[in-house]
Amino acid sequence: MKQKKTPFSIFWHKFKQRKTAMVAGIFIVVLVLTALFAPMVAPYDPFETDYSLSMMGPTLDHPAGTDVYGRDILSRIIYGSRISLAVGFTSVFVGALVGVTLGLISGFFGGFLDGLIMRTSDVLFAFPGILLAIAIVAILGPGLINVVVAVSVFSMPTFARIVRGSTLALKESLYVKAATSVGASKKRVMFVHILPGTLGGVIIYFTMRIGTSIITAASLSFLGLGAQPPTPEWGAMLAESRDYIGVADHMTIFPGIAIFLTVLFFNLFGDGLRTALDPKTK
Amino acid sequence: MIKYFLKRCIAILPVLLVVSILAFAFVHLLPGDPARMMAGDDADAATIEMLRQELGLDKPLPMQYFTYMGKLAKGDLGMSLRTKIPVYDELRLRYTPTMYLAMAGMAWSVIIGVFFGAVAAIYNGKWQDYTAMLVSVSGISVPQFWLGLLAIQLFSVHLGWLPVAGYTGKFSELILPAFTLGATVAAIMARFTLSAFLDVLDEEYISTARAKGVTETLVMWKHAFRNALIPVITMVGLQFGFLLGGSVVVETVFAWPGLGRYMIEAVAVRDYPVLQALLLLYSFHFVFINLLVDMVYALINPEIRYE
Repeated sequence: MKQKKTPFSIFWHKFKQRKTAMVAGIFIVVLVLTALFAPMVAPYDPFETDYSLSMMGPTLDHPAGTDVYGRDILSRIIYGSRISLAVGFTSVFVGALVGVTLGLISGFFGGFLDGLIMRTSDVLFAFPGILLAIAIVAILGPGLINVVVAVSVFSMPTFARIVRGSTLALKESLYVKAATSVGASKKRVMFVHILPGTLGGVIIYFTMRIGTSIITAASLSFLGLGAQPPTPEWGAMLAESRDYIGVADHMTIFPGIAIFLTVLFFNLFGDGLRTALDPKTK
Repeated sequence: MIKYFLKRCIAILPVLLVVSILAFAFVHLLPGDPARMMAGDDADAATIEMLRQELGLDKPLPMQYFTYMGKLAKGDLGMSLRTKIPVYDELRLRYTPTMYLAMAGMAWSVIIGVFFGAVAAIYNGKWQDYTAMLVSVSGISVPQFWLGLLAIQLFSVHLGWLPVAGYTGKFSELILPAFTLGATVAAIMARFTLSAFLDVLDEEYISTARAKGVTETLVMWKHAFRNALIPVITMVGLQFGFLLGGSVVVETVFAWPGLGRYMIEAVAVRDYPVLQALLLLYSFHFVFINLLVDMVYALINPEIRYE
């Protein structure tokens, strides 16, 4: 029996061939589940201090050791996954929402609006993300919510550019012209006919961006501008470990591995998506 | 050629104008009254009023902007609220360490990144390709501050080969910070070189060269590599901006007395004149780097030059 080839089945067929991306996808699912069910998965309370256990190396009871206050590092990492995933996902989502809308307007209407939006995104684009984020946090003050705002802002310009590019192309396509000719409103053409066509690029960039956002957010917390102690945030945990390098190496090693693997798997997953959605590959 | 350069130079003027307005507006975007903030929490009303007049905050905004630009032209960036030293003098001291670190990071990462990217392209689909790209995707995924901490842990604390931190002018102090700063860029360069190289290998002149019997080594290094370098050079310029951003984190990890660490200190105590000056300084760098990239690109790529 011959299966019908839908766009999704073609995508799925190509995506399955990318073993690393499949593994990365499974890891991400496990990570999300861990974050959702953190209270059930974590062996200890992430805030419970016990000075008799201060800075113990990895043992069977505490597989990732304990920190200065005797808190279980594994439990803190598990709870930290909630923060990193939430910050990474929310900031990219907000950035995508605003960026996609602006890109759609920019490409669809052209003219003055297009010039304004694109020049603004050029200025934002020229600025390295972390500096922009620091400047925004300097205005808004430290804290996780402000980190989300800061990271969203620097995700916007790329989304706007991607969507503007595909909007320009789709605007000239036959089916959009057909829709216009039968009297579809501008709003309908923009959101029903053009928007879905731009989403492929958006989804790829969305996935790739989550990793970068997690790193940026963790960096800001490491610099003392994001999550504040005693919040179990990965970057903040690494900041706490700085004074004990050489004394308690595990405090530096484990939270870093958590960031590294999370970002790595999001990047591998994004790479796989890109290859699978690219019409040039077989 | 000269016409193209002049056109590019003129095109950055509006960008510089926007940047200067943004930096000026920065202090006014802050919640609250700038004079009160600069005077500190325990200042009385009279002191705040005096400061307001001294800073010209009682004048209309456009007037304030022109005063600000006039001072800027004379190199007057205001006083640091924390140290009461002119910001200009503070920045001058910290400029060299940052540039020294950024150049060192750039140098090693471009050489290594381009080399591994080229190797991955030449051995496309073989183990060399997979290894280079695995290292590269790891390099993009590793947080710089963690890499720095691990490097200190291994090479400074446990092996004792290199100093933990510091800036006294010794080369050994540069190695770990420059390694950490360049790691991400090296990874990005490798990926970018790979795709640029593969694009070039699809070109017809490569087939021509092969068809006329040029050896494979010569095709790769003379025909393909040199052409693949054109987009790579643009990337180098863009990555320099990324590197300056990364230096904020790396300088903090290694207690490197540069602009980035100064910026974090300024954010922590809300030293606004310093932040304003740094934003301006960084933005000007990015604008000029982009200009430089455009010009170098025109120099090596005749297609653009004669457009």
